[in-house]
Amino acid sequence: MVSRRDKMINKIKELMYQPEFIRNIGIVAHIDHGKTTLSDNLLAGAGMISSELAGDQRFLDFDEQEQARGITIDAANVSMVHDYHDDEYLINLIDTPGHVDFGGDVTRAMRAVDGAVVVVCAVEGIMPQTETVLRQALKENVRPVLFINKVDRLINELKLDATELQNRFVKVIASANKLIKNMAPEELKDKWQVRVEDGSVAFGSAYHNWAINVPIMQETEINFNDIYNYCKDDNQKELADRVPIHQVLLGMVVEHLPSPDVSQAYRVPAIWSGDLESEEGQTMIKTNPDGPLAVMVTDVSIDKHAGEIATGRVYGGTLEKGSEIFFVGSHGKNRIQQVGVYMGPERVNTDKVPAGNIVAITGAKNAVAGETICDVGRKIKAFEGLEHISEPVVTVAVEAKNTKDLPKLIEVLRQVGKEDPTVKVEINEETGEHLISGMGELHLEIIAYRINEKGVEIETSEPIVVYREAISGTAGPVEGKSPNKHNRFYIEIEPLDDEIFQAIQDGSIKEGRVKGKEMAASLIELGLPKDQARKVWNVYRRSIFVNMTRGIQYLDEIKELLMEGFESAMDDGPIAKEKVMGIKIKLMDAKIHEDAVHRGPAQVLPAIRKAVYGSLMMAEPTLLEPIQKVFINVPQDYMGSSTREIQNRRGQIVNMSQEGDMATVESKVPVAEMFGFAGDIRSAAEGRCLWSTENAGFERLPRELQKIIIKEIRDRKGLSPEPYGPDHYLG
Amino acid sequence: MLYFIGLGLYDEKDVSLKGLEALRNSDKVYVEFYTAHLFGTTISSLEKIMDRKVEILSRKQVEEEEIPLKNAESNKVAFLSAGDPLIATTHADMMIEAKKRGIKTRVIHSSSILSAAPGISGLQAYKFGKVTTIPFPEKNFFPHSPYLLIKNNLEQNAHTLVLLDIRAHENRYMTINQGLEYLLKVEDTLNEGIITKNTLAIGLARAGSEEPVIRADIIKKLIKEDFGGPLHSIIIPAPLHIVEAEYLVAIAGAPEDIIN
Ligand SMILES: Nc1nc2c(ncn2[C@@H]2O[C@H](COP(=O)(O)OP(=O)(O)O)[C@@H](O)[C@H]2O)c(=O)[nH]1
Ligand SMILES: [Mg+2]
Repeated sequence: MVSRRDKMINKIKELMYQPEFIRNIGIVAHIDHGKTTLSDNLLAGAGMISSELAGDQRFLDFDEQEQARGITIDAANVSMVHDYHDDEYLINLIDTPGHVDFGGDVTRAMRAVDGAVVVVCAVEGIMPQTETVLRQALKENVRPVLFINKVDRLINELKLDATELQNRFVKVIASANKLIKNMAPEELKDKWQVRVEDGSVAFGSAYHNWAINVPIMQETEINFNDIYNYCKDDNQKELADRVPIHQVLLGMVVEHLPSPDVSQAYRVPAIWSGDLESEEGQTMIKTNPDGPLAVMVTDVSIDKHAGEIATGRVYGGTLEKGSEIFFVGSHGKNRIQQVGVYMGPERVNTDKVPAGNIVAITGAKNAVAGETICDVGRKIKAFEGLEHISEPVVTVAVEAKNTKDLPKLIEVLRQVGKEDPTVKVEINEETGEHLISGMGELHLEIIAYRINEKGVEIETSEPIVVYREAISGTAGPVEGKSPNKHNRFYIEIEPLDDEIFQAIQDGSIKEGRVKGKEMAASLIELGLPKDQARKVWNVYRRSIFVNMTRGIQYLDEIKELLMEGFESAMDDGPIAKEKVMGIKIKLMDAKIHEDAVHRGPAQVLPAIRKAVYGSLMMAEPTLLEPIQKVFINVPQDYMGSSTREIQNRRGQIVNMSQEGDMATVESKVPVAEMFGFAGDIRSAAEGRCLWSTENAGFERLPRELQKIIIKEIRDRKGLSPEPYGPDHYLG
Repeated sequence: MLYFIGLGLYDEKDVSLKGLEALRNSDKVYVEFYTAHLFGTTISSLEKIMDRKVEILSRKQVEEEEIPLKNAESNKVAFLSAGDPLIATTHADMMIEAKKRGIKTRVIHSSSILSAAPGISGLQAYKFGKVTTIPFPEKNFFPHSPYLLIKNNLEQNAHTLVLLDIRAHENRYMTINQGLEYLLKVEDTLNEGIITKNTLAIGLARAGSEEPVIRADIIKKLIKEDFGGPLHSIIIPAPLHIVEAEYLVAIAGAPEDIIN
């Protein structure tokens, strides 16, 4: 007899080939708004896990760490089959993390899906991280629907009545639509507004397993008053029987979120800059399983038994097990062992996975998130890179406890870097002291835990804050000389205009050495004078290098060296060898030796580096420190002790609001002061507090701390106690 | 006092008598081998002939730490370089600096590859254009300018002396074969037909020694030959005068058909 499991597998294999019956979706939300609880209940409803486990166990938080800390760290993939109006649909779902420390995962997950369920807690409303994840989704042309969660709490804790309830919903929906209007692609922003009337907004309680939207209200004749009473009378179980959350939400997904064949038609032009009329372009636009292969890797994880597992989205063609594939970015070939799809949280191997699906590839050695995979001998243009908005702000030094683990540690660190691209790993084989940098203290604790899990015992240093170097004045023209004095570069330096800085930050101006002239128009629009915009040579570390010279012989031949020298100066600034940011450098003139041997790297690199260092030191150099926004949600009684925690940490309260018995405090705190915050706020509020953070860029370190911190960093790095003055570089 | 003294082309005996006198008159003797190198001698034979201790300085010690200049403020310092001290080096800057600091200077010449190469290749010195050096390629550094300069010279009917990079501290000296390969590689990218396998070139090795090598042939052939130890240089000739052609056939084994 065919088991239920086999039946399910067969169903999934059948649906894989019918894109119109597939939905690839992500669930995104601010932390603690209920994504994981929701995903679990969807799975349970679809019969993929037992309903007793769902909700309490938070099944998708696979990792022990995730269960222990009660947060989702990795994006997890699950699939289920859902019946809707007599048809069956394959729903591939990715539960993404909501903690700011793990923002990179969200971006990557969005590349794999076509639609997103945005979960918003009815009590807290739209939070900054909601905004961030929604922006990430819209940027990838992923269509949203809205689920307003924890409605039970509005009724039972905040004691809102039925009218207040509806007002609250209206408010959340309006602000969600405003965000969509601002951030969605121009031609879709009206169409993509979420609407109560058409059922693209649902309300409910993930925890108590019910949800409702207007079409279901009409069908079932349940109204807001009924809901109100069910909650009030502690009878949500009956409500869950009448309007089970998986029925309502998966119905909404099928009805309102696009299938891959619909979505690829408009997404492919946005994420792939190749020729749309070419065979591979048309294959992707039509979600055709029979054309050239095009897969984008969105995630890589290491499985204890199976080794490296790459998860990706098949945009065109069909991926077959045992076939040879080509990595476009790294120019590598590889024979993959297995391909598979998900069934519930399990990976199930199949022979093939066609266009429109999310695939798990076993044995795709050396794959990294962001890589494009195609057929060997049928190279296609790579997909657009994945952008991470956030950047690491905390570093720890890692050492192996036992010397015998030294080589293994290096291997494990490389793996960790591969699994999570928001982690920066710096390996130093000479000293054996390696650095890992991440988005926050919590992030690094998790990474350290993962390293231990992989069988290497490590010791980590106290976390170190990552600073930035910048200027507040201008300088120049400053002359930088090569050691032989026969090559000279004249530069002017100033802080980069804020608008351009922001544009680089949010990725609309791309970093890198500038090849063509495409960027000029956007730079002019941002206010850069025409003569400069056309001559930007490099965008690096949110700084730009502009060549203002004309017709200087041999400048072209040393251009790459100048860029290398400029970049290395930006990597290790003159104040304390921290990274430099937010600078505009203009090359005004250059004197270059006639003969190539007298203007090689040994001459040009130090010359430009000295010019940059000297001018930075002349332009009121200053250290910047990373800042986090901290959001705290506590009962009134604990508000005083919680705000004190913030104020003791050089924090600033930005906003406070109250709702029923709960208070929300929004503040800004330097990352350097945030160490140990988790424990302290827990005791300050006796555990009755929800909090989250968001990185908020860099701000000038207060004057009285500048000297102290500079000396501290320089001591740690073994540098002379004080930075050198400009003369040291320019003499 | 700062003497710039040329060591000439090959061994310790290439220094002039005037140079020797100045050396023996100095309190300190420094030599740099990063712009060129003497192969026919050793430091100890230099020291023997001069009767002075000689200290070899790196580029950093000369250009950044300024050891010769600083010492010359209160001592008589001899600063030696291979060849002629202000030719094919960047030491002119030291002359300027010495002048600024009120240090007296004197230059004592010796022969340079810039005169020796046209000489032993039998080409007329009047017909040479700009000189160039081929550097060892590095990350972000593979200049086309040596090739382009040859092109410019040819347009003026001028011969080109092509010097080859020296990395004394890494014990690397570019060979004629490597130099020709470099030029062919630039040809591959630029495709201007200036340097091809059938272009006539001249390879010079160990000028100034007792057995200098001078060979003229098309690149295809030259590139396969072994020219022995350093230093090497190359000449890319412009159209030849009859006597130049006869010389190359008679002395440098060039194919007969270059005479017409
Ligand atoms: N009362 C109530 N609590 C909920 C609801 N949904 C989630 N929670 C609770 O909110 C907390 C965070 O939920 P979780 O699913 O881990 O959120 P995530 O961080 O978005 O994945 C958990 O304690 C859940 O039990 C809901 O609808 N009502
Ligand atoms: Mg979660």
